[in-house]
Amino acid sequence: MMTLFGIPTAALFGQLLLGLINGAFYAMLSLGLALIFGLLNIINFSHGAQYMMGAFVAWLALTYLGANYWVALVLAPVAVAAFGIVLERTMLSRLYKLDHLYGLLLTFGLALIIEGIFRQLYGISGMPYAVPKELAGGWNLGFMYLPIYRAWVVVASLVLCLGTWLLIEKTKLGAYLRAATENPALVQAFGINVPVMITLTYGFGVALAGIAGVLAAPIYSVNPLMGSNLIIVVFAVVVIGGMGSILGSVVTGFMLGMLEGLTKVIYPEAASTVIFMVMVVVLLIKPAGLFGKGA
Amino acid sequence: MTHSPVSLAVQAPTVAASSKRQSLFVAVLLIVALAAPFAVYPVFLMKGLCFALFAAAFNLLLGYVGLLSFGHAMFFGWSAYITAHAAKEWGLTPELAILLGTLCAAGLGAVVGWLAIRRQGIYFAMITLALSQLMFFVALQAPFTHGEDGIQGVPRGHLFGLIDLNDTMNMYYFVLAIFLIGVFFLYRVVHSPFGQVLKAIRDNEPRAISLGYQVERYKLVAFVISAGLAGLAGSTKSLVFQLASLADVHWHASGEVVLMTLLGGVGTVLGPTAGAFLVVTIQNYFATAGSWVTIIQGIIFVICVLAFRAGIVGVFAPWLKKRGIDA
Repeated sequence: MMTLFGIPTAALFGQLLLGLINGAFYAMLSLGLALIFGLLNIINFSHGAQYMMGAFVAWLALTYLGANYWVALVLAPVAVAAFGIVLERTMLSRLYKLDHLYGLLLTFGLALIIEGIFRQLYGISGMPYAVPKELAGGWNLGFMYLPIYRAWVVVASLVLCLGTWLLIEKTKLGAYLRAATENPALVQAFGINVPVMITLTYGFGVALAGIAGVLAAPIYSVNPLMGSNLIIVVFAVVVIGGMGSILGSVVTGFMLGMLEGLTKVIYPEAASTVIFMVMVVVLLIKPAGLFGKGA
Repeated sequence: MTHSPVSLAVQAPTVAASSKRQSLFVAVLLIVALAAPFAVYPVFLMKGLCFALFAAAFNLLLGYVGLLSFGHAMFFGWSAYITAHAAKEWGLTPELAILLGTLCAAGLGAVVGWLAIRRQGIYFAMITLALSQLMFFVALQAPFTHGEDGIQGVPRGHLFGLIDLNDTMNMYYFVLAIFLIGVFFLYRVVHSPFGQVLKAIRDNEPRAISLGYQVERYKLVAFVISAGLAGLAGSTKSLVFQLASLADVHWHASGEVVLMTLLGGVGTVLGPTAGAFLVVTIQNYFATAGSWVTIIQGIIFVICVLAFRAGIVGVFAPWLKKRGIDA
């Protein structure tokens, strides 16, 4: 058996791949959080619940409508975004003039309601969701076995993140968005409908969570609690990266996922806490976050 | 001038009358608290009092410094573990076990506060939440906490080696005494010059800085006091239920204390107590109804944030204030 630093390479690369996949989810979720925070100035606590809803839409569509994975990949983000837009219009929009902490509290309450309802309906044991047959199987790379679906998740997440980055940095719409993040009143004065932009941004950020949920469904089982523990880690990722830069959130997400995977090989006991420890170190050295601007 | 001095005097009670009414108000509340265990199940009351102290400690930060800590369960839950361990494994008397738990919570509060006050607003909330999740995993893995089982069968022991706390009534008055000491201490802190500076920081931090206050130090001291009193509540709860478990360090508990404070009235003296008793009542009432507790708590959160930001006591506070009572 091949070894590297005294660790079997198969185990090492296996865990690194798992870490990369976790990192893909951290990246997609923290990207959505950062987008929403940029324009709405609220931290969307229900992001984890909306990620869980994405996975459930996929599962429900398969179970009751017979819709396959590819249909779910389109259906789930649209459904989750529609739900998010309703929330934004009916509730969140009433809070923009208040302290930002109220947005956090409201979305926390919404997360409790959503999770409670799904738990009441579907229990906590979790439902399996099969890997789509086009992506089943795997490749033997010589040093490790690579399931095709996992490679797909990493590629899909990278494409999504890069696409979002291009949309925001290189298009006219993105320019409006960046301008509105800097100074909404001025952008409004130029005749751009900022409230609609805010609504759509919330919908887009939440849709990212919905897609992430569909991507996660075949890897982790579809479970009402899948989002709540993940979102706290994503909060730590956001504190570490700082929400100032889109590429920053993506890079931080992937890096921390890999670090977590690596910790699982070297010192498994610390795997669940390593990201929080990194957060402590970052707070000590660079309180604004690795890519942050100011506090 | 339509307001003659005479009519003003009629509208606002004089200082003497006001303090008399305040004393009467406090006396009535005290009598209710002393008589309550003869009318209501005492263990329920003790649970309510522990959470009320927990919420009051949390309220010091949110209501008077404007800091939203989303990780206060770590102080509540960890002090419960320390007290339970000290009472069960080391055979400490209840007052020493509680003291030890409280001190450990204050110490943990010093470290967490020192890290978290480097960031403000929403980041502060996220950092405290993440650190409490870190402490949750430590509690899950540390051998002495017994993982999912928790520390069970914690002996209540004899207070000062004399008073048997296994007697429910003795335990109730002990818990009530701790609650009153804790809340009175918080009341004194809020109404001291130190408390005035905290409120100044809440209302206008840059201005407090420009007046020469070391804002970070004030925030840290407030954080340590809040963590210590949350620990006092957790320690007491572990003796009441003779159990320290993961539920008390979970982020759900952090969310519950926010809910209690919000529902009762942020920044009021009695609000957290009212909120705590209401939330504990809901928990008891729906205990067998599965996830409904979570759903109802979420709904109350949403209603409070959207339409009821003053909270229960906050709604009555102006009315009481006019009659010379500070709630």
